[in-house]
Amino acid sequence: MKVAVLKGGRSLERGVSLRSGARVEDALERLGHEVVPVDAGVDLVKRLSAEGPAVAFVAMHGLGGEDGTVQELLEILGIPFTGPGVAACARCMDKVWAKHDLRAAGVPTPDWFAFNETAFRELGAADALSGLEERLGFPLVVKPSRGGSALGVKFAAGWFEVPEALVSAFSYDNRVLLERFVEGRELAVSVLGGEALPIVEAIPGGGDRYDFEARYEIGRTEFVCPAELDEAESAAVTAAALGAYEALGCAGFSRVDLILATDGPQVLEVNAIPGLTDTSLLPQAAEATGMSFEDLVERILELALKPATA
Amino acid sequence: MEETPHRRRAHTRTRDLERYAGLFAARTGVMRSSAMRDLMAITARPEVISLAGGLPDTSTFPAGTFAAQMTRIAQESTAEALQYGPTEGFAETVDCIVEVMGAEGMLPDPDDVIVTTGGQQAIDLICKTLVDPGDVVVCEAPTYPGAVPVFCSYQAETIQIDCDEDGMRIDDLEEVLEQLDREGRRPKFVYSVPSFQNPAGVTMSLERRRRLVELARRRELLVVEDNPYGLLRFGGQAMPPLYQLDGGDFVIYVGTFSKILSPGIRLGWAVAPPPVMEKIVLGKQAADLCTSTLTQHFVREYFAEGRWREYIADLVEIYRGRRDAMVDALREHFPAQATWTEPEGGLFIWATLPEYIDTSDLLAKALREDVAFVPGQAAYVDESRGRSSMRLNFSGVSEEEIREGVRRIGKAIAEQVELYGALTGEREAVPAPEVEPAKPPPADADVLPFRRSGEGAA
Repeated sequence: MKVAVLKGGRSLERGVSLRSGARVEDALERLGHEVVPVDAGVDLVKRLSAEGPAVAFVAMHGLGGEDGTVQELLEILGIPFTGPGVAACARCMDKVWAKHDLRAAGVPTPDWFAFNETAFRELGAADALSGLEERLGFPLVVKPSRGGSALGVKFAAGWFEVPEALVSAFSYDNRVLLERFVEGRELAVSVLGGEALPIVEAIPGGGDRYDFEARYEIGRTEFVCPAELDEAESAAVTAAALGAYEALGCAGFSRVDLILATDGPQVLEVNAIPGLTDTSLLPQAAEATGMSFEDLVERILELALKPATA
Repeated sequence: MEETPHRRRAHTRTRDLERYAGLFAARTGVMRSSAMRDLMAITARPEVISLAGGLPDTSTFPAGTFAAQMTRIAQESTAEALQYGPTEGFAETVDCIVEVMGAEGMLPDPDDVIVTTGGQQAIDLICKTLVDPGDVVVCEAPTYPGAVPVFCSYQAETIQIDCDEDGMRIDDLEEVLEQLDREGRRPKFVYSVPSFQNPAGVTMSLERRRRLVELARRRELLVVEDNPYGLLRFGGQAMPPLYQLDGGDFVIYVGTFSKILSPGIRLGWAVAPPPVMEKIVLGKQAADLCTSTLTQHFVREYFAEGRWREYIADLVEIYRGRRDAMVDALREHFPAQATWTEPEGGLFIWATLPEYIDTSDLLAKALREDVAFVPGQAAYVDESRGRSSMRLNFSGVSEEEIREGVRRIGKAIAEQVELYGALTGEREAVPAPEVEPAKPPPADADVLPFRRSGEGAA
């Protein structure tokens, strides 16, 4: 089968995407498919039209590839593609919308307030910040609404650190959220075709927070899969993850990141197209069920071609 | 002939990754990378105006000369140019090196010279020769970003000494040395780029050069002088290299053809006292046996033609124009609170912004406008430093691109300054760089007390 692997693009996660893509290409070749690697650029549509692949494997992360843009083009071209559709991608990419949808569906997610730049520049939103302390408390987390891999995410220990954190977060997006910091274990649940894979726990080395560096460097973070949780904890985490996956309309595969606090799980975000690099969590979770990377790639392709049965 | 089946690496699985992780040397734990490397990967997009590189301009090198020399090598020296060479390098290459160093008043003994694969390998070999894990290495703050991973990979404890407009602060250095004395420790060497420093663009004053050399002699301390840009001077007085002042007893010299001829030929060198050189040669043997013989032949041919000084003079004129274009653009587009250096040579300007701006995040914003620079943290071992500074390169881009690139960065900064003002209620005054005096930085800040632009600058 002729499979186009879409990777790269202009997003800040281009490097990660190229690594995901290369790994997927290897697996597809070993599976006997005809692979067409495509670094998504201005000639994307032209190339896809000329190649006419049976299916597109979208291995792109961040803006452009994970936010519904590329998915929309693939729909217009009539090429089936892996992972969630346009609407789910758009919702997952925008953390503010995703949190609204999660809350509406009854999925626990930390309290937050979102602001866009205009609110600060033109509407005097800074004056509203002081009301946040009692509702969110310190420390709080400041993040760009659209972005991935922890880029632009800052922790503010007190008021004095909030303006600087906002300036950083606004460097990535014109909307940011201030979120209550939830202390707990960092977990990720990958969902494949509507079924939860074993839970992965990320334990950052050296007390670091699970930041960009730790995510992509072998040996920087210890991953435990399946995570050591009791039955009730596992059930609650899995239920929250599946609830999030459904609330956002995901399909094919996605990864839900959560914090397990003393009073239960809280969903932080859903990654529509999770990383598929050597250190990524989805492949690790699949492996814990005895699924090789090739099996995983093949299954993702199947789901793309038979979405109705997913 | 029977065809061997094409075999690719089987897929790494989690347990394999763990197995690799268990095999990694401790030194890999301190090598830095990803976030910056990933952001830097994006700067390579063709539509990006990159002020992030450190590229010399190679576009003006005469194509005819290059073609004729390579042809002559191919025809007249085929066997030798394709063969291994001595680890120390060809004697003819060393002659060229002695000639280049002579242009800055140095007279090295040819026996003290080793030809290396770029100046970068010279730094690596010096560390390999001198540094055990935990040893102290002292360098400037900020320092050459390419030296940081070398020091880290040899697990050195790196201490950075602040620079001002006269280069490394020797009084601070003495204080650190005394503190180390009290702990019964001494640094293996002091690393410095005294002329047109990368990244700060500053040049060490003559008085400080003398003090550094004298101090090294008194304390029997090695100084590693990295001087890639010394001949690329477009203003100010020529400064004697530390090597010349010292005579080569306590100064190890690192040079390169990268900035005066071509970085693609990967030819640099080190000059060290014989006992140190002996070990460096052994290290070089282990690393790569010898430096490319083909490019050594090219350098020999190129120097035989005798026009290498003219080519440097041409480069200097190009870079002067680009430096001027960048300084003008900075005055026009950077906010009043920004400061920057005005280098008299080299390739780089170092700009420092208000401390609430993190230049790594600013880079993400700038990349949306298709422009790139190096965030200041790359020049520090402690990555929490240099957060509001940036390195801007002016040698590798046209004057037009420099003006446009700086304009775009300035716009991104202006938006951040305005936003911060709105957040804190501190409305910034309309930029008036010529009259507003620079705010003295707090004593513990990592901003350099550089002269504010436009203030009595040449």
